Amino acid sequence: MELFLHQVLAGLATGGIYAGMALAVVMIYQAIDSLNFSQGEMAMFSTFIAWQLLQWGLPYWGAFFLTIGISFVAGVLIERVVFKPVQNANILSHIVIFIALFAIINSSAGFIWDFTIKPFPSPFGTRELFGQRLVSAHDAGMVAVTLLMLVLLYLFFRFTRVGLAMRAAAANPESARLAGIRVGWMLALGWGMAAAVGAVAGMLIAPVVFLEPNMMLSILLYGFAGAVVGGLTSPLGAVIGGFSVGVIENVAGTFIPVVGSELKLTIALALIVAVLVVKPSGLFGRTVVERV
Amino acid sequence: MTANLLEVQGLDAFYGPIQVLYGVDLDVVSGGITTLLGANGAGKTTMLRALCGMIDTKGEIRFDGASIAGRATEDIVRLGIAHAPQGRGTFVRQTVEENLEIGAMTRRGRAAIAADIERVYGYFPRLKERRRQQAGTLSGGEQQMLAVGRALMLRPKLMLLDEPSFGLAPLLVQELFGILRTMNRDDGASMLIVEQNAALALDLADHAYLLETGRLVMSGPAREVRDNETVRRSYLGY
Repeated sequence: MELFLHQVLAGLATGGIYAGMALAVVMIYQAIDSLNFSQGEMAMFSTFIAWQLLQWGLPYWGAFFLTIGISFVAGVLIERVVFKPVQNANILSHIVIFIALFAIINSSAGFIWDFTIKPFPSPFGTRELFGQRLVSAHDAGMVAVTLLMLVLLYLFFRFTRVGLAMRAAAANPESARLAGIRVGWMLALGWGMAAAVGAVAGMLIAPVVFLEPNMMLSILLYGFAGAVVGGLTSPLGAVIGGFSVGVIENVAGTFIPVVGSELKLTIALALIVAVLVVKPSGLFGRTVVERV
Repeated sequence: MTANLLEVQGLDAFYGPIQVLYGVDLDVVSGGITTLLGANGAGKTTMLRALCGMIDTKGEIRFDGASIAGRATEDIVRLGIAHAPQGRGTFVRQTVEENLEIGAMTRRGRAAIAADIERVYGYFPRLKERRRQQAGTLSGGEQQMLAVGRALMLRPKLMLLDEPSFGLAPLLVQELFGILRTMNRDDGASMLIVEQNAALALDLADHAYLLETGRLVMSGPAREVRDNETVRRSYLGY
């Protein structure tokens, strides 16, 4: 039983990583109605920017917030420069661009900062909590920051006019234009915010997995799994889904002998498939009820 | 002599390579109600979409003295043209109240917006009962009320209404047209109403245009159009 609790706790700790990533995934999905495959690479690149700023001698929090700002602007620029010209193209064109961005960002990071693994500091320290190795102060801090982001996003979308305008633009672009909403800019804003959330996730993940251009490959997959489990339309669901994926992965890895640590990643994929079969809108996703 | 709020001259409109409107001239008098009549496929909805820059056009469109042809939809709307579209354009996942707030997105001043929401609820008490409900769960008639309400939230100078009677029970239609008349009188909103229910629209409007397969075939004071037996028989079908 104690082993089980420990594994759940450790799962929640890694789940924090996935939750942060899942949150960024849902942010973009809300705005553009499709999964952004380059999301992980954007987060990785942001983390490298933070690393570079730290190398130049900026204090941690200075680099942290500056990186968020840079990532936001970069996200907006990516939408304006890359996606605006193809806004009326079909979804396949978008997916091709996502994959191209993925490759471009990944190799540029490797080109600029090379592929050697770099340590990345944690603002919370690596002290162990609860007198054991399973959960560190950093893990706890990561969970707290993820939850804080969730609350801030919820407040933003629920209570601000810009948040409502963004929801309207995503839900019904034509009708939103007829209400005078600048739909293109709302989309760019969505990209900027997703890039910023991704940057926060990246900077918190890097101390755990170390910084290198491929650090996000498996994490993005877990992030997708978390987002799908929770429902792609619900930020809260994404966070809960992310934590669930972390816990399930850990518990299964420990208690199902066949799985072990080698097949852990398979669980993420199995989860995606299972959820899509049983409840396609996810555990917290909203099924739209519509009368005609 | 009253000024024209909207002046359209020689308007051609296209869906891709297909031309739908041919040289249409149309005016909306400031403070007046104009109706655009015609059979299915005559180009009435296209006309409204063209005015809002939602499709490609050629020709001159002047609103409030300024040319708006070729401008982006959201910029045209910001000048004070509210369009309650066919199919109603409901934001189905948002609540009724959020739908109304979206309608006022271009405005500043929380108090005035809140007051206008109450005013819309005054016109349509049904919407107030359902203010917290997802708008997608409303009935067709209620969504029609919501579309008109959302348009009013813009505090528009000109309201474009695309078949407001569509899918409504006859009693509700009477009620809605009564409300439109009140809105025109109390809010000073000029209106361009596209309708298939010609009798009703001609009662409400002071000016009428008749469209047939993309071309204007008649225009004049609503009373004259209504009293013209030939026109009534051949185009309006009653």
